[in-house]
Amino acid sequence: MIRLINLTKRYGGFTAVDGIDLDVPRGQLFGFLGPNGAGKTTTLRMIAGILRPSGGTVEIAGDDIQRRPLQAKARLGFIPDRPYVYEKLTGAEFLRFVASLYGHGGDAVERRMDELLELFELTPWKHELVESYSHGMRQKLIISSALLHRPEVIVVDEPMVGLDPKGARFLRDLFRGFVDRGGTVLMSTHTLEIAEAMCDRIAIIHRGRLAAAGTMEEIRRQTASGDASLEAVFLKLTGGAEARELSAILEG
Amino acid sequence: MTAPTVRSPGIAILLGPKWRSGLARLRRGGEGRAGRLVLLGLLAAGFWAAIFGISQRVLRHFRGVPDLGDALAAKVLAVTFLAFLSILLLSNLITALSTFFLAKDLDTLVAAPVDWLHFYLAKLTETVAHSSWMVALLAVPIFTAYGIVYDGGPLFPLVSAAAFLPFLVIPAVAGTALTQVLVNVFPARRTRDVLSLVAIAGAGALVLLLRLARPEQLARPEGFRNLLEFLAALRAPTNPFLPSEWAADLVMNWLLRVPDPLPIALLWTTAAAFVVLGAAAHRALYLAGFSKAQEGAERAVRVRGWERVAERLLVGASPARREFILKDLRLFFRDTTQWSQLILLAVLMVVYLFNIQALPLYTGERVPFFLVTMVSFLNQGLTGFVLAAVAARFVFPAVSLEGKQMWLLRSSPLDLRAMLWSKYWVGTAPLLVLGLLMTWTTNWLLQASWFMVGIATLTVALYTAAVAALALALGVLYPRFDTENAAQIPTSFGGLVFMMAAILLLGLLIVIEAGPVADHLRARWAGRGDGLGWRLAGALGLVTVLCALVGVGSFRLAVRRLEAMEF
Repeated sequence: MIRLINLTKRYGGFTAVDGIDLDVPRGQLFGFLGPNGAGKTTTLRMIAGILRPSGGTVEIAGDDIQRRPLQAKARLGFIPDRPYVYEKLTGAEFLRFVASLYGHGGDAVERRMDELLELFELTPWKHELVESYSHGMRQKLIISSALLHRPEVIVVDEPMVGLDPKGARFLRDLFRGFVDRGGTVLMSTHTLEIAEAMCDRIAIIHRGRLAAAGTMEEIRRQTASGDASLEAVFLKLTGGAEARELSAILEG
Repeated sequence: MTAPTVRSPGIAILLGPKWRSGLARLRRGGEGRAGRLVLLGLLAAGFWAAIFGISQRVLRHFRGVPDLGDALAAKVLAVTFLAFLSILLLSNLITALSTFFLAKDLDTLVAAPVDWLHFYLAKLTETVAHSSWMVALLAVPIFTAYGIVYDGGPLFPLVSAAAFLPFLVIPAVAGTALTQVLVNVFPARRTRDVLSLVAIAGAGALVLLLRLARPEQLARPEGFRNLLEFLAALRAPTNPFLPSEWAADLVMNWLLRVPDPLPIALLWTTAAAFVVLGAAAHRALYLAGFSKAQEGAERAVRVRGWERVAERLLVGASPARREFILKDLRLFFRDTTQWSQLILLAVLMVVYLFNIQALPLYTGERVPFFLVTMVSFLNQGLTGFVLAAVAARFVFPAVSLEGKQMWLLRSSPLDLRAMLWSKYWVGTAPLLVLGLLMTWTTNWLLQASWFMVGIATLTVALYTAAVAALALALGVLYPRFDTENAAQIPTSFGGLVFMMAAILLLGLLIVIEAGPVADHLRARWAGRGDGLGWRLAGALGLVTVLCALVGVGSFRLAVRRLEAMEF
């Protein structure tokens, strides 16, 4: 459903993403992991068409995001890590605006909007300005907006940040349900327990390159990690020396 | 546990991130950077040369007038400083709200063990720099002209700096202190709403200062009973208690070799006293105000009548264009920092129309046809200037204001041309209405001929279409996605580039039209009919082509740049 071919992003002399090849099959929840600064957000933003790759291609259901951006983006719902929305619009006005970006309008949008606001417990806030929303409420509003046009693929960057435990649990169920109905989710996260419990397949990226990809079993085999946990595999692949130095720093 | 001894960071450290960010912005490379720099250099040089040329010419003319010349030059300088003072006061009020209450670095600075005085002085310096650089740039060619015409000598730049520095500090302290009071006193929890009050107060102050200057009296010496009375009015200070008068006196005394230490003493002691008093006010008011500024936000909104009308008007448009226009209008009217600028615009319009009406053209004698036509023609230039200034305020920031939400626009299948198209029309439609209203009202007040009304209507319509696209394009070329205050975007570097380019285009249009219009005047004067001929048609054709090229070229450039932009 999502195919990355030799995807590269350079910022001047620095290579943030270095020739990644990746296939995300339809109907799967795919975890995209990596330490800070590994290139996860850059990769996801290239998939969403926000950043232009320095090299390589991104295909969404066979459509190249650079060559056929409108067709590719119409299938996609993107949820960024920082929930920036128009502060001076109400929740309903924001959702109506997002629907219009995807060419939707009218009563169907109003009904879909009401469904989603109800689902995310935002109905009482429907006609209030976004500037009065909490971080978690904004996150829920953005997730609603990504689902509004019934996308085939959801690309989501750190979805659990800012959500309360109930919200996080709800989101896990939502993504699972979306995938069970044939949708595809590509999700970056730092919460390894969530990734291990939720994802069908996982890719680990380190310093812009793909360090491992596959099911949990396949990754264990690739890294010769026996029956180690995802956390152990992750630290093995991305270097855990920093953790060992932590106590020395704290003790001054 | 004993508290550790902490040495507060100095002002230079507090300002470090600001000037380092500025340097980084300057060093930032990119495609076509050299070309842009050359273009910018040419525009700036042309702009400076024009101001210098006009100032020098006027001053040389004054110097040639026996008895009156020096007094006239002094009066013009005093009025210039007065205009600067009013601009600075307004600009500082708006800037101080950003630097002291809305800036992103405030949480870090207030939470850190920073001495309150260091904090105040650092933020005051930042306020002075942000609010004054444009006035300072404008002042350089004017001072240079005074220095050259009146043989100021090698020390004149130092004297000018001695007059200008305290002159910049005084309104900055006053604006900052007033902002601190407003944030504390204003009952509304939404800090940004203070800006509407600030804008109204600023506009009132501006009008008041303009009236205090009584410029029309000096333009009409025949209104005085005798020459002595005129001279007395000329030599009387505009207002002896304003720093603008002291700064002008300091400069003129040096140029006319009058030994008088009072102006420099007044300027520097007042500036020092202002800083001390401002620091005391800051100590007493800041923390309470800063805390208040963060409390709560507006929640519910009412659907207003205009929204229903706009929704009905846009019913035939595609959902994306309709919702984009509605969104832009809602954001504009719900953001006090944006709509409050309309108040200023209205005040300036009233002053402008009042001035046109006050022109001594109809004094009971034969109607001076030539004069009326010339004034009506030059009026096009002024209308164009107002349109450029309004476009800088409302169209130029349009793309910058999308900044943080660009992820949404770029990840959706929205055609960026549709977005720019919506922004173009949201800006152009009101601009065109404003331009035409101004043109028709002023021409009606001037009782200009139908010929002039026709020329003015065509020129203003074409110029509006071109200048709105230019504002949009330069707004994309010089975006300010990180700004905390929409009112600051037009005063950025890109805003200045836009103003210069817009004035350059306006100048070109006037130069192209001036010849044929003069022909027309001569023909009319000699009783040879209207003198409408190929030259006039050619000039109007050229104006149309030029505006179309600028409009279409700017729009295409904006689309290309926006598509290449990364977020």
